[in-house]
Amino acid sequence: MTETKTTSEPAQEFERVLSQSATAVASFDTHERSPLEKVRHFLHSSPASVPLIVLVLSLIIFAVIVGSRFFTPFALSLILQQVAIVGIVGAAQTLVVLTAGIDLSVGAIMVLTSVIMGQFTFRYGMPVELAILCGVALGALCGFINGVLIAYLKLPPFIVTLGTWQIYLATTYIYSANETIRAQDIETNARLLQFFGEKINIGGATFTYGVFAMLVLIAILWYVLNHTAWGRHVYAIGDDPEAAKLSGVRTKKVLITVYVLAGLICALAGWASIGRNGSVSPQIGQFANIESITAVVIGGMSLFGGRGSILGMLFGALIVGVFSFGMRMYGTDVQWTYLIIGVLIILAVAIDQWIRKVAG
Amino acid sequence: MSREPILTARGLVKRYGRVTALDHADFDLYPGEVLAVIGDNGAGKSSLIKAISGAIHPDEGEMTLEGKPMHFRSPMEARDAGIETVYQTLALSPALSIADNMFLGREIRKPGIMGTWFRMLDRKAMEKRARDKLTELGLMTIQNIGQAVETLSGGQRQGVAVARAAAFGSKVVIMDEPTAALGVKESRRVLELIQDVKKRGLPIVLISHNMPHVFEVADRIHIHRLGKRLTVIDPKEYTMSDAVAFMTGAKTPPAQSIA
Repeated sequence: MTETKTTSEPAQEFERVLSQSATAVASFDTHERSPLEKVRHFLHSSPASVPLIVLVLSLIIFAVIVGSRFFTPFALSLILQQVAIVGIVGAAQTLVVLTAGIDLSVGAIMVLTSVIMGQFTFRYGMPVELAILCGVALGALCGFINGVLIAYLKLPPFIVTLGTWQIYLATTYIYSANETIRAQDIETNARLLQFFGEKINIGGATFTYGVFAMLVLIAILWYVLNHTAWGRHVYAIGDDPEAAKLSGVRTKKVLITVYVLAGLICALAGWASIGRNGSVSPQIGQFANIESITAVVIGGMSLFGGRGSILGMLFGALIVGVFSFGMRMYGTDVQWTYLIIGVLIILAVAIDQWIRKVAG
Repeated sequence: MSREPILTARGLVKRYGRVTALDHADFDLYPGEVLAVIGDNGAGKSSLIKAISGAIHPDEGEMTLEGKPMHFRSPMEARDAGIETVYQTLALSPALSIADNMFLGREIRKPGIMGTWFRMLDRKAMEKRARDKLTELGLMTIQNIGQAVETLSGGQRQGVAVARAAAFGSKVVIMDEPTAALGVKESRRVLELIQDVKKRGLPIVLISHNMPHVFEVADRIHIHRLGKRLTVIDPKEYTMSDAVAFMTGAKTPPAQSIA
């Protein structure tokens, strides 16, 4: 190997002029951004702001049309109580959607685990704590099955969870023989099952433990997604799985943990749902999957993965809660709520596309 | 060349269904050199590079790094062994920040309990190192190290990918078409960077279609044809048209021309 050319004199003839080229730091034509562009840039950098704005607006609208009845601590805390289950399931959905997946089986896992917790206690006389632990373990197993099928067999998440949704739900009915465990029985024999239904009052507002469970869970996941390597990997996989893999992210392992965690969270939702309903019934939570996807989409997350914030999902769930509660207080047909939520979903996706042009 | 090669491959075979991408290909990289790999489209350059960087597993063949046999099951293992690759696709996550991208898969955690128990990322440290690296390479003027990669221009993205490899490569740096997406000035920067990395003693594998660039920086040129190493030439003894003739099959290289 001989002495190489010094880098100071370019080798190609046409590059000679480079030595005279401008050395000033590139100063981009900082043309005044129009207010609209500024808004778009802001929304691009903080994805949870759109749903937050919509949430505040909807609160104001209902405060005006329904009146002071709506703006009481009691009424507002009631919305939180109603949103708690969807918020927890939505947290599971958030993880999956961030990886560009979708989980249709979340509701089924929730029902299955709640039935297991109830039946193990009452049918086999198991200690409640152990029965709950079994439910949680089963939730993780359900998520693990989804994860293996998706990460290792490379089946599309939509198809896998469409299948496991039916399987888990059918298992629930077959196992429980469509039996409901009555609320009084649980109250006298296994209060721990209703733990998340316990209430505390703070200045007229009533919060169930389920509400706190949702808020704490979302706070933890927010931290994990934004401040740990695992969280960054979840985003990277949803963004571009091939690039993530080449950059050294263990994509399969991360995907499996995402689905297992989603299953665990659904089991938590299952436990919390016993507190909410009082009883254990295989009939509950039929639409939890659709409701969680609705919360995620209205919350401004991209179903193509890699974009969005779990806080957006919370705001999305709250928007749905505010609308259904407000409309009921106003006294309209409940179908109007569904109509408006349908419009919101489409609007949310349209706004998402518009914001994304900032990067194009 | 009396020295031992740092990286060797012997008889690599990789088949995709009926297509044979690598057909008993050999490869040698010596310490401190810039080895260019050229070849027609479909000659198997990418498969060869992917085999070395751990992205694919050859069906047959042996590879050694510093004399020790190596069997990478993932790019992560190759990276841990000290082989860094700048992929043609860059392998960046558009929605993540520059710093997050540079440290993807080898994040720095905060010291103390926050790092070990809560696994909190040390954003400040990562951003500082990323900024230092980018400044050192003088590749770009970035206003905000926390901005998403998707808001950067093509050349700036290339710069981030090159900086990442240069920052972490400890034994070998592989660059797949590093100047393909760049303008004249940015290409010059990357070529200077290749020289810089070489001066630090790191060998570089450069895959490129740009003959002037190849002949400028390469110490040896590995010509790949029909899935195997056709020959290795010294750029000072052959012209660019010779190289093109060998690689397209217009001319057969002299026997025993392993430079």
